[in-house]
Amino acid sequence: MNTPHITVKDLTMAYGDFVIQRDLNFTINRGDVFVIMGGSGCGKSTLLKHLIGLQRPARGDIIYDRQNFWRASDAERIRILRRIGVLYQSGALFSSLTLAENIALPLGEFTDFSRTEIADIVSYKLALVGLAGFEDYYPSEISGGMQKRAGLARAMALDPEILFFDEPSAGLDPVSARLLDDLIINLSDALGTTIVVVTHELASIFAIGTNAVFLDPETKTMLATGSPKHLLAESKDSKIIQFLTRGEGNVETTR
Amino acid sequence: MKATTGMTDIKDISGHIKFEQIDADTWSIRLAGSWTQGANIKPVEQVLAQLAATTPFARLTLQAGDLDRWDSRLPTYLLAMLDYCQAKNIQADLSGLPEGIQGLLNLARAVPERAGDRRSAQQTPALAKIGMMVLSGLADIKRLIIFIGETVQAGVSLMRGKARFRTVDLFLCIQETGPGALAIVTLISLLVGLILAFVGAVQLAMFGAQIFIADLVGLGTVREMGALMTAVIMSGRTGAAYAAQLGTMNVNSEIDALKTMGISPMEFLVLPRMLALILMLPLLCIYADFMGILGGAIVTTNAFDVSLTQYFNQLSKAVDLTDFSIGLFKSLVFAVLIATAGCMRGMQCGRSASAVGDAATAAVVNSIVYIVVADSIITLICNRLGI
Repeated sequence: MNTPHITVKDLTMAYGDFVIQRDLNFTINRGDVFVIMGGSGCGKSTLLKHLIGLQRPARGDIIYDRQNFWRASDAERIRILRRIGVLYQSGALFSSLTLAENIALPLGEFTDFSRTEIADIVSYKLALVGLAGFEDYYPSEISGGMQKRAGLARAMALDPEILFFDEPSAGLDPVSARLLDDLIINLSDALGTTIVVVTHELASIFAIGTNAVFLDPETKTMLATGSPKHLLAESKDSKIIQFLTRGEGNVETTR
Repeated sequence: MKATTGMTDIKDISGHIKFEQIDADTWSIRLAGSWTQGANIKPVEQVLAQLAATTPFARLTLQAGDLDRWDSRLPTYLLAMLDYCQAKNIQADLSGLPEGIQGLLNLARAVPERAGDRRSAQQTPALAKIGMMVLSGLADIKRLIIFIGETVQAGVSLMRGKARFRTVDLFLCIQETGPGALAIVTLISLLVGLILAFVGAVQLAMFGAQIFIADLVGLGTVREMGALMTAVIMSGRTGAAYAAQLGTMNVNSEIDALKTMGISPMEFLVLPRMLALILMLPLLCIYADFMGILGGAIVTTNAFDVSLTQYFNQLSKAVDLTDFSIGLFKSLVFAVLIATAGCMRGMQCGRSASAVGDAATAAVVNSIVYIVVADSIITLICNRLGI
């Protein structure tokens, strides 16, 4: 089960001379629900951008299976990208297209399915995220939470091996956030999809995370990697404990 | 309810402050009265100056027994005093203040300012400013070259039939840029034709040469004004729209989403827009040429005693296909320039609402500058070549 899916080696991220994080080393295994966590401004979203090909690392490598993502040719990188799906914080649906057209877009571009087959897949994906019947709505006509779920349906359109979530529960009410968490667990269990989540929502972290990396904005590097529950129980680092207990548990008092 | 506000209005709204030396080392300050917006309070600088004038002391107790009403003015005042105390190494005793105020003061001082966090508002020297302007200009040129390179790449994959975009999008863009602009192009080019005719006619009529209005309007419109006016209209209409559309898609991560889907935004978003403008602008230009000539005809036949037949006869002698093609060629060049400026500004837009506005403005300004410069160059070349 523990075969590495994504390996990050000595990754340094920077905007020009301004270093965001340095020397990141961690492995995301196949079937993991991997949480990228840390305080605000620590570079969680930047790390995600590096993993999904939107920003080139200043140094270091990102390896998908055995392929070095950033050293591969453009064509190979696009082939890797086709195996992943991304749910953006805002949903990032194409506002000029209906939900059905949004989800059909990658299917139409990259598969040989016929129109009716695509329509069936679109309905199935929308039903999976609880939006059956919303095919002909435009993104601006539905609520933020629904946009997010539609974005998930689009991210899942090509049955990706890896799904990335950027702050999935941000802006959702607690019940919707919980439903999204359940959906993530289901996807991971039923399809074996590897899932990478950027979040600082504690409830989510413990509910879904099987593996994690903790980024620290002050030292500009990762402090630990491992399952969140394990980190809470074993870590000796006061920053991690404070984060995982909402600042309530000090190392001295919990031990 | 009104009565109470009236009452407080009549009441003396001023904050009182009283100094008292308790012993050699200790001073006490008593605050009383109203410490609110608009109340009459001695400026804090005066109080601090008074403290500074006394013999040095080590403790300051602050008390506020008879405080009436207070708002943010009081904590601000106290914070200034506490800063002073800290600077002079005076121990400040806050225990005489109401708990609420103590809490606020502690909150305000809980996270001290980190060194280096504050942006100093220092003046940049003029020379440095010029240097920065040159650098940002160079960066702009670099971005333009990158964008042109990417566009050419996308164009090549289009030629090879490998470009990915939806044909529907192309037709939508064509509909938007072409037929959508007909009304405004009609109005403007008709009026420009009228103006050209009037301006020329007044001079030509002095020599009894009204018939040459046809030459003026014909050549002016077909070689120059038709292409120029449509280009200016389209840069305001379509160029700005492209920049705003693509900029908003950038803000909303839609362009990121395309990239991570493995679809090139240059092919998917920029190509259909460029193609639409390149196809439509020359057509609009031809249409504008006819409208301009029609405008000229209206003026000449109605106000200057030239018949419609004479006008068109003279016109057909004056204007030939070369003039027409020059205008058409210009509009083709303008189309590429407008589409490039619009799409580039949109694609390179920052991630905020104001950035989208800036992108649209920059798109229009750039494309108009490009248009006029290109027009001058083409006119100069034509002049040298004698066509």
